Amino acid sequence: MSNTVFSLCGMCTVRCPIRVEVENGQVTWIEGNPHILDGALCAKGSAGLALLADDERPQQPLIRRGGRGAGRWEGVSWEIVLDFVAEKLKGIIARDGARSVILSCRGGPFIDPARAFLKALGSPNFTDHDSACGRNVHHASLSVYGLGRVDLAYDIKNTKHLVLFGRNLLEALKVGEANQVLDMLDAGGRLTYVDVRQTITGLKATRFFQVRPGTDYALTLGMIQGVIKAGAYDQEFVSRYSTGFDQLAAFVEPYTIEWAAQECGIKAKSLHGFIDELGEDRPKVIFHPGWMLARYRDSFYASRNLHLLNVLMGNIEIKGGQILAKGAKDCGKKGIRNLVDGIPQPTEKRADGVGWKHTRFDKGPGLFQLFYETMQTADPYPLKSLFCYRHDPLTCFPDPAAQKQALDHLDLIVSIDTHYSEFGWYSDVILPESVYLERDCGISIQKGPKPRLIYRRQAVAPRFDTKPGWWIFQQLAERLGVGQYFPYQTIEDLWAWQLEPTGLTIADFEQKGFVDLADKPVLLALDKLANIYKTPSGKIEMVSEKLTKEGIATLKPYASPLKPPEGMFRLVFGRTAVNSHGHTINNPLLHELLPTNTLWINKREAVKLGISDGDWVDVSADGVSGVIKAKVTEFIHPEAVYCIHGFGRQVPLQSRAYHAGLSDQKLQVGLLNDMDPVGGGLCLCEGFVEVRRSSNNLKRSVEL
Amino acid sequence: MNTYLIYLNSKRCIGCHGCEVHCKTNKSLPVGPILCEISHEPLRSARGVPKTVFSFRSCYHCEDPQCVPVCPANAMQKRADGIVHVDQEKCIGCMACQNVCPWSIPQLNPVSGKAIKCDYCLDRVDLGLKPACVSKCTTHALKFVRLVEV
Repeated sequence: MSNTVFSLCGMCTVRCPIRVEVENGQVTWIEGNPHILDGALCAKGSAGLALLADDERPQQPLIRRGGRGAGRWEGVSWEIVLDFVAEKLKGIIARDGARSVILSCRGGPFIDPARAFLKALGSPNFTDHDSACGRNVHHASLSVYGLGRVDLAYDIKNTKHLVLFGRNLLEALKVGEANQVLDMLDAGGRLTYVDVRQTITGLKATRFFQVRPGTDYALTLGMIQGVIKAGAYDQEFVSRYSTGFDQLAAFVEPYTIEWAAQECGIKAKSLHGFIDELGEDRPKVIFHPGWMLARYRDSFYASRNLHLLNVLMGNIEIKGGQILAKGAKDCGKKGIRNLVDGIPQPTEKRADGVGWKHTRFDKGPGLFQLFYETMQTADPYPLKSLFCYRHDPLTCFPDPAAQKQALDHLDLIVSIDTHYSEFGWYSDVILPESVYLERDCGISIQKGPKPRLIYRRQAVAPRFDTKPGWWIFQQLAERLGVGQYFPYQTIEDLWAWQLEPTGLTIADFEQKGFVDLADKPVLLALDKLANIYKTPSGKIEMVSEKLTKEGIATLKPYASPLKPPEGMFRLVFGRTAVNSHGHTINNPLLHELLPTNTLWINKREAVKLGISDGDWVDVSADGVSGVIKAKVTEFIHPEAVYCIHGFGRQVPLQSRAYHAGLSDQKLQVGLLNDMDPVGGGLCLCEGFVEVRRSSNNLKRSVEL
Repeated sequence: MNTYLIYLNSKRCIGCHGCEVHCKTNKSLPVGPILCEISHEPLRSARGVPKTVFSFRSCYHCEDPQCVPVCPANAMQKRADGIVHVDQEKCIGCMACQNVCPWSIPQLNPVSGKAIKCDYCLDRVDLGLKPACVSKCTTHALKFVRLVEV
C-alpha cells in the first residue's frame, strides 16, 4: 500500500511545503512540494527520515524524579502526566492566580492551541523566542511603516539588486527564497553582501563589504547620505508617502561615504560604486532589513535605516520590490477561525512590563528575557510556572547559567517538544510531541503577495507514545475546566471548525497540500498606497512620532563599537545549511555531515597567538570556557571570532551531540539583561571572549 | 557509450550538501557510506569578492570500468545505457571493486555488508524519474543529462 501526503517540513522553522511518499506505513521519500518548490528540499528536509528513525528522543511522557537537570526521569502514561500537570497547575492558580503562568513558543503558523490554552486560563503572559531573533527588525518596521516585519514580502526573484546585511540567506536557508536569489542572479541581477566574514551567500555576491563588527549602523548612515547626495532616490515617492525627509537628510549630512568607509574598514571607492549602481537599479532594489538581528546595541537603528533605504528606493508594492502581504480579505474571501479569537482577553497587565511599563514595545508576545527578572523579584507579581512549547530558551537565549537561577524560582516547568532540548532536560515534566511526520496541525493562513491556506498532515503513525500539540492543549484545557474553548475532539473536528466560515472543506487541501486564495499576486493600485501605513501620521515616518513621544531619538547619533582588548575577540555566530538550530544537531545524518563546529579566527591574529589551523583553542569569558578547534582563515575580520550556533549540547541521551563542539550562548555571559533599548532584541554579539592555544594540543608523541 | 551524465551548474550550487543526504535517504543508507560528494577549492579573491567553485562527484560510470571485470561474483555490472551498478543479490562484499577503482568509489554498506555505489538511482531512471540528488537538489543546480551522439 503506498500513498502520497502533502504536508509541511518541521526540520527548521521555515516549514517548507513537502510531498511525502508512504509505503506500508513507512516514509520512503520526502521531496519539496512539486507545486511550489519543484521537488527541491535541503539536507535537513531529507534528514527528516533519520529523525523519524532515531530512538534518541523522548518516547513517552516523563516526570522528573531527581534534581532539576539530573536526568532522573520516570516514564508515565499520558493520563497520569496530564492529571499531574493539571493538579499542579490548579494549585498554582489557586494560590497565585492564572497570571503566574507563562507560556512560550517558537512562533509560527501552528501556535493557536497553545495561545488559546494560556488565554483560556486567563494569563496575559504569552511570549516567544523573538527577542533573540527578529524583534529589532519588527520594531524598526513598526516605527517606519506602522506595519510589522512580516507585513511586507520581498519579491527577490524580480529585483535587480538585493542588498544583504549579514542575512546569510543561502545558509540560513529558505528553499523557495534561495531559488529566488539564484533566479535573480541568473537573470543578471546584482547582490551586495555585507558581513564580518565570508559566507556562501557572500560567494555569490557581485559586491562584498567585509566590515568591522558592530558597524552596520555606520554603513547604513553612509549609504543614506550617499543616496541623498547623489539624488539616487525616488523624490516623488518620498514626498508623497513619507514625512521627516528633511530631518533625515540634515541628520545624515556628516555621515559621508568617506566617513562610513573609514569606520567600517572598507573602500570608499567601492561604496561610491555601490551608490552608482543603486541609481541604475532603483526602484527594483531590495535592502533586506534583517531576520535574526538580535546582535548589537544599535541593531534596531541599523534595521530602521535599511527600511528607510527601501523607502528612498520607492520600492513598495512594485514587482521586484517589497509587496504588502495580503490576507483573505484582500482577496475578497472569508478567513479561517482561530481558537484564540473566541476567548476573552485577560485583564491583568503583563509580567514582563510590556504594554504598561515598557510602552514603546509591541504587546504581541512581549519580551521573554524580561520575565527572568520578574521570576526573581516577583514584581509586579509572582511567577510560578513556565511552559515552553517547541522552544528551548536555554539554547536560544544567552547565559543559560543565569537563566537557570531565575527558573529555580518556579514551581512547575513543562517542556512540550519533539526532542530533548536543554530546557526540557532542566524541566519538571516533558510532554513529548510527535515529530512533524507523525502529527497533524491545524490550518493557518500564509499571508503574502499570493496568500494561501496551509496545513500539516500526518504521514505515519507515531513510533512512540507521543502526541500532537493540538491534542495536548485540548486535554490540559479540559482538565483545567476551560475545555469549552476547544470545540473539538479530533483533528477533523478542528479543521472543520476552522474552515466553516470559508466554505472550504479539508478535501480541498488534499490535492496540492494548500489552497490558494488568489490566482496571481495581488498588487494594490497606486491610489490605495497612501492608506496602508498604520503609523500615527498615516505616512511612512522617517522620524517616528511614537518614539519621539516616548522621548526616544529616532535619528540616533552613531557611537563606534568598542574595540576588543588585546587577545580578545567579539564572538559572533551563525548558521549553516545543514543545521539551522540546536534541535537538529543530534540527527544521525546531519551529525555525519557536521559533527562539531570550529572557531573561525583571522590568520594574522592567529599567528600572533601562535595558533595554527586545526589547533585546539580555549575560548573563555568571565569564568566560562570551552575547547574547540580553530579554523584559521583570512576571510573573517580580525576583531571577530565565529562559530556555528547550536553545538555544545549537554543532554546525555543525545549521544551524538553530547558535548560536541562549542556553545556560543554559554559564552554570552551577562548578556541576558543586555537588550537593545528601543528594539527589544538581545545584543548577542556584544560579548568579548579570550582565545588561547589550548593545553589540550599534543605536546609529545608517546606512542610509536 | 554512456547515455547519462549528472551535471552541476556551479553558479547555482550553494554547497548545502543536500544531494548527499537525498541520496543516502533514498538508498536507506546508514551512517558511513556517502555516495556523492560536494567539494570546493579554497577561497580566492576575485575583484574584491572571495570566491570559490563547487564541484560534484559521484561515480564516473567509466566507459571501460575496472570494477566490473574484477568482481568475482559478477555483481558489478554495466548496463547497455552505461550505468554501472551493483546487483545486491549477488554481491559478496569483498570490496575488490573499491580496491581497483582509481577513486575508491564503491563503498561498503556496514549494515548489509555489501558494496554500494552511485547507480544514478536506476530504479527511478527506469520509471522515467531523475536520480534522487537531482530531483531534490535545493537550488536545481544539478541536472540529469541525456547524452546525444553528434
